[in-house]
Amino acid sequence: MATTQAVGRAATGRRERTGLWWDAWGRLRKNKLALVGLVGVVILMFAAIFGPMLAPYPYQDQDLQAIANNGFRPLPIGSPGHILGTDQLGRDMLSRLLDGARISMSVALVVQFVVLFIGLPIGAAAGWFAGRVDTFLMRFTDVIYAFPDLLFLILLSVTLRDTPLGQAYDGLLLVFVAIGLTSWVTVARLVRGQMLSLKETEFVEAAKAIGVSDRSIISRHLLPNGSGPVIVAITLGIPGAILAEATLAYIGIGVQPPRASWGSLIADGQKYIRSDPHLVLLPAICIAVALVSFTFLGDGLRDALDPKLKGKQ
Amino acid sequence: MKRYLVRRVLWIIPVLVAVSLITFFLMHAVPGGPWDQEKKLSPEVIARLNQIYGLDQPVYMQYLNWIGGILQGNLGPSYVFKDRTVNDIIAGGIPVTIQLGIQAFILAVLVGLPLGIVAALGHNRWPDYVATGLSVVWIATPSFVLAIILIIVFSVDLKWFPVAGWEGPQTWVLPTIALAAFPIAVIARYTRASMLEVTRKDYVRTAQSKGITGRAVVYRHMIRNALIPVVTIMGPILAFLVTGSFIVEHVFAVPGVGRYYLSAITTRDYPLLMATTLIYAFAVAVLNLVVDILYAYIDPRIRYS
Amino acid sequence: MHSTRSSRESSNRVEPRADAVPDSPTIVELPPGSAAVAALARPGDAAPANQRREGNLLDVRNLSTQFFTPAGVVRAVDDVSFTLGYGETLGLVGESGCGKSVTALSVTRLVADPPGKIVAGEVIFDGIDVLKLDEDEVRKLRGKEIGFIFQDPLTSLNPTLTIGYQIAEAIRQHMGLSKQAANDRVVELLSKVGIPRAKDRLKDYPHQFSGGMRQRVMIAIALSCDPKLILADEPTTALDVTIQAQILELIQRLSDEFGTAVLMITHDLGIAAGMCDRINVMYAGRIVETGSVDELFEDPQMPYAWGLLDSLPRLDDVRGDRLRTIEGLPPLLIDPPDACRFNPRCPYAHDLCRTKEPDLTARGATGHFARCWATEPEGWIR
Repeated sequence: MATTQAVGRAATGRRERTGLWWDAWGRLRKNKLALVGLVGVVILMFAAIFGPMLAPYPYQDQDLQAIANNGFRPLPIGSPGHILGTDQLGRDMLSRLLDGARISMSVALVVQFVVLFIGLPIGAAAGWFAGRVDTFLMRFTDVIYAFPDLLFLILLSVTLRDTPLGQAYDGLLLVFVAIGLTSWVTVARLVRGQMLSLKETEFVEAAKAIGVSDRSIISRHLLPNGSGPVIVAITLGIPGAILAEATLAYIGIGVQPPRASWGSLIADGQKYIRSDPHLVLLPAICIAVALVSFTFLGDGLRDALDPKLKGKQ
Repeated sequence: MKRYLVRRVLWIIPVLVAVSLITFFLMHAVPGGPWDQEKKLSPEVIARLNQIYGLDQPVYMQYLNWIGGILQGNLGPSYVFKDRTVNDIIAGGIPVTIQLGIQAFILAVLVGLPLGIVAALGHNRWPDYVATGLSVVWIATPSFVLAIILIIVFSVDLKWFPVAGWEGPQTWVLPTIALAAFPIAVIARYTRASMLEVTRKDYVRTAQSKGITGRAVVYRHMIRNALIPVVTIMGPILAFLVTGSFIVEHVFAVPGVGRYYLSAITTRDYPLLMATTLIYAFAVAVLNLVVDILYAYIDPRIRYS
Repeated sequence: MHSTRSSRESSNRVEPRADAVPDSPTIVELPPGSAAVAALARPGDAAPANQRREGNLLDVRNLSTQFFTPAGVVRAVDDVSFTLGYGETLGLVGESGCGKSVTALSVTRLVADPPGKIVAGEVIFDGIDVLKLDEDEVRKLRGKEIGFIFQDPLTSLNPTLTIGYQIAEAIRQHMGLSKQAANDRVVELLSKVGIPRAKDRLKDYPHQFSGGMRQRVMIAIALSCDPKLILADEPTTALDVTIQAQILELIQRLSDEFGTAVLMITHDLGIAAGMCDRINVMYAGRIVETGSVDELFEDPQMPYAWGLLDSLPRLDDVRGDRLRTIEGLPPLLIDPPDACRFNPRCPYAHDLCRTKEPDLTARGATGHFARCWATEPEGWIR
């Protein structure tokens, strides 16, 4: 069947654009779930970047007047001036949610950079040099891997929270570093695997035979070809990072108040869940949308970049 | 194969040593001591406290003392509860946490596997959509959010279950569900993907060509092979159950180890923190080992190689 | 394999092979008392299962199987008809993608649905139209009356079940034997297919066998219930050349011994020449030539067949010469036009070939048919 189709293209004489990325994009476009995810991601990014400009109020401002009028209770959804209501201190929910979006999206991106920054060189070195370097690095990653994520995360956050690192940006920097430090292993392993298998291919042998330098080989041949699974892994790792940040904030050791991480919004709103459920439900929905969007997008990318896995057409 | 297993078992030791080192030195790298809390204590009192708790010794000595104590089963004194040792504090908690974990695991497997299989068999029809939809929802909901929702719906409004605590089966239900939700979703997704891949394998066609019943094809050929890769995610699932348990314990006020862990964070009770970290790491390492052994056993290609 | 001799100066006619098979192999009736029969007789069966009989075991009429893909409807098998007699070995030859595997899968309704579907035709097996049966009845035929040998024994065997179990599966399903009796039969089968120390190997897994051994296991599975027909889909393509001959010889020997008919699917003309009584050449979902082995090799009637024969490397080829190929690629099977499907690659094509598809017409009196305007009695090639 595959022959027939490949032949079909040749027989009809049309020169279609081919190539790994173009084909993948075509497949991605057809995947409805992935498109939904993509839309979600775009919306979230938009909210994160333009949030502060679009927010009706600064996220930490308290509208004490309105609260006082309401008997010092949070304002519900649809209140005048506060379209999504306020929390118990009179802070506008929409503005706070937007700040939360900014936090979550920056976690999503920056953490992956940290992951790449650590994981890519380690994985590449392990795969390229192999031998003892590989063994040593892999043992090292095994140890990190054995450490339960959340524990390590909490440990790092707790112990470093009083340091300059921990105080920077209301604790956000520490969150980036801590989550990055606990999640680079998967990417490192993946890069190593790709490196190991691609290293033995013929086009690498050919490049070597011509005398291309090692570094050039890595950057111009191996990285572009091996990057597919890595991109997928990074995208699929984003939901984990967002969740981790929310959990830390919920426990109270992540991003510090008055910043409005969705996790801390939930923690704050717990008490009022019966009377004013929107305090908890709104951030919960935001988290859910973020997780689902990146998960769908990641799944779609994976299917698009490696059609053998899905076996469709 | 035996050599592989022996190597794996031995490997736990250096891993745990590394964990203990990292934990210990992280604690001691922190500025400010454990006495910096409520009221300002005078330097003499601080020096005295340091002496009692051996904090005036060089760091590596402290580490060795601590490790020595651990190996003898003494997890150290608590800095906060001056009259109790860490052993006292968590002794009651461990069985509770273990029970919660086992319950959640059983639930996750019993619900997740069939869900994934049904979704795969009903591919692109309603069972698939329902199962996939459910699992997506569960993956997208952090366990603490789910816990809160469960409490509101089932304890407060419907009054079916008590809100918190851990006495009797009634109190076990909600925490177990809250903890098991994410694993159910992950197991279901993985099983579904594995089953779908198996469906396209050549040996399924061979089985059909023999004229055996459709049921036999599904059970003997498809499910058997599909479950093998699913075992590999049991490791991370178990790790999740270990670490996720303390969030759930926190929300439901379950008297397990997790509760103390979280309180130790805020009160800076370092020995408690370090000991529980070590215990958790140990549990995860052992569980991962069990999973690896199981996997090597059920895949004949590994067993007989 | 033996090479055919074709002189390039003459007009593409093939001379007789030096060792051509004198006449089609006779089908031997198994004497009732033979050991072979005793070993494989079903309980309660007095006469051997496969005797030479009148009529055709398999009569495929106007079979069409299509695949419904997002790119269009692929007509993988397009109005194919052929017959197979009891105990006969028929070759189905063609290049990749010509529809030969799909044809075989269609006979037992193993085509993946979706996206495939048998849309027309009849498949009369032993007097019954397979396409009209319901699923349960077809299932009873599979394994019991029709055995299948698949191409890649590594992926076609379940890695998590012992080979003893996998061979016994069909036996226990169709013949209702107890576990012990079934295992005994499995041991017999394994010895028959040439696996040493069969009894010890019952509990081994597929990955513990070599490629050739695994294919022998597949053959054992196909033969396990003493079927009337075996569909062999490129059984040696995935194997080493050195093993290929052994496996083919095994298939031939066993089919002779038990009088089983074989539909041998291959892209290798040499294999077809060595094993088959008659050959169907398929191209682009159609049968384009059919005839006995002699007829096809001595007097092929279609440019595609000439090309195929010509492309076989010969012992007297000069080293360093280019290999002879058929230029071009097979056509798209979606919405084929009404024209000869081979015409884009055919050096003898005329306008007629591009505007109307030729029918399968007789060449000579003995069941040799070809689908080509040029070689018809009124055509432009004599």
